[in-house]
Amino acid sequence: MTGNVVVVGGGTAGMEAAGQMAKAGIHVTLIEKEKETGGHIKEWHHLFPDRRNSREVVEYLRDQIKNDNITLLTGTNLTGFARKGHGFIVSTVHGKELKADAILLATGFDLFRSERKEEYGYGIYDNVITSADLEAMFRKREVRLKNGEEPGRIGIIHCVGSRDEKAGNLYCSKLCCVTAVKQAIELREHLSSSNVFCFYMDMRMGGALYEELYRDAQETYSVNFIRGKVSEVGVNINNKLVIKAEDTLAGRPLRMELDMIVLMAGMEMSREGLRLANGVLKTGENRFFTPADHHFGSNKGNIKGVFYAGTCTAPMNITETISHARSAAMEIIDYLQAIKR
Amino acid sequence: MDKFGFTLSKGRVIDYNANDRTVAAFILEHEPSLRLCIECGACSATCTTAKFTRFSLREINILLKRGENEQVRNKLKQCMLCGKCSLVCPRGVNTRNVIFLARQAFQK
Repeated sequence: MTGNVVVVGGGTAGMEAAGQMAKAGIHVTLIEKEKETGGHIKEWHHLFPDRRNSREVVEYLRDQIKNDNITLLTGTNLTGFARKGHGFIVSTVHGKELKADAILLATGFDLFRSERKEEYGYGIYDNVITSADLEAMFRKREVRLKNGEEPGRIGIIHCVGSRDEKAGNLYCSKLCCVTAVKQAIELREHLSSSNVFCFYMDMRMGGALYEELYRDAQETYSVNFIRGKVSEVGVNINNKLVIKAEDTLAGRPLRMELDMIVLMAGMEMSREGLRLANGVLKTGENRFFTPADHHFGSNKGNIKGVFYAGTCTAPMNITETISHARSAAMEIIDYLQAIKR
Repeated sequence: MDKFGFTLSKGRVIDYNANDRTVAAFILEHEPSLRLCIECGACSATCTTAKFTRFSLREINILLKRGENEQVRNKLKQCMLCGKCSLVCPRGVNTRNVIFLARQAFQK
């Protein structure tokens, strides 16, 4: 197998796909805008549902791309790509021009910027943090309030920037419910005297072992679940955070003082992906890339020779992203064989 | 001989077939966004009236859809039409108009 493929994005999807294609003998140029590969999970502490240390996954992926067929360009942004013959010319901001028979976009997602939900007070109140901020605290093994004290009562708000017309995102980000459950468990482990409350609209526990984790959170870790969307966060005279929600199952409004609030930020199409789409690559109402066929062509773009892998097409967990990246590699191998014939 | 105090009490079952759902139908016809409600309760959480009374727009919505109109009729008067509920609704339901229309329907 021969051919040149440019992979855009050195996160989970890009690294896995690059590794698989390199094994098949394809020359891959893997382009990453950051200084390091690894994408979002290199900032994460533990993964759901088995609480594996995310460093193990990053190490696995970095091993995958240790291959002579892979040229890694980090700290590199693309200016764009243009059709040339059957293939493409991909140009970088450093003025490099790369010939490619096919392009794999693995541009991933951006976390929803929680300050956009101003009513939740992120960036306004010190102890309102995001799921990503909490992971950073777990990595340092230190979950503390801004004043250095340990939080006693912690609220977790689901669906921040997901399923929310006001945020412009109608879709479910799919991973936040189970992330909330995982983080609630870890909070209880770190802070044994803490009380954790999850405020949810629906508990979407659709993945393998998610429901079991949810049950474990209730049974072993005494995590509390309240069904109601938080409408706003404020601060009271005791300088405590206060949330307002309706306890919909009790049918009454509920107010609660909290020391810390964790916002489950959703996933959005990355700005880099949108820039590369440039009106040429089809994107959906959710702004993610629209694959050629939902069932049979989830890795194919609307332009011949352009392929997608991972969360640039929809929210996905790590397992799904790796599977999607592998299928992208297979699609590209098929495609290269067909054009060489 | 003393009589046992057995009486027939009115069931609390929602009798979906017997109930009159024309009020809900009227509202949905003029404000189809009500179909989008997912009963999250954000409207009730932010509602000033709900803070002091048993008023809950989320509950009203479900009662109307089930045709439990008599429970709703008097509650509607409590709404002050401030519209805060529509600001927080994640589904973009025009909640204020739902109340307007429900009041209209009951006046008929």
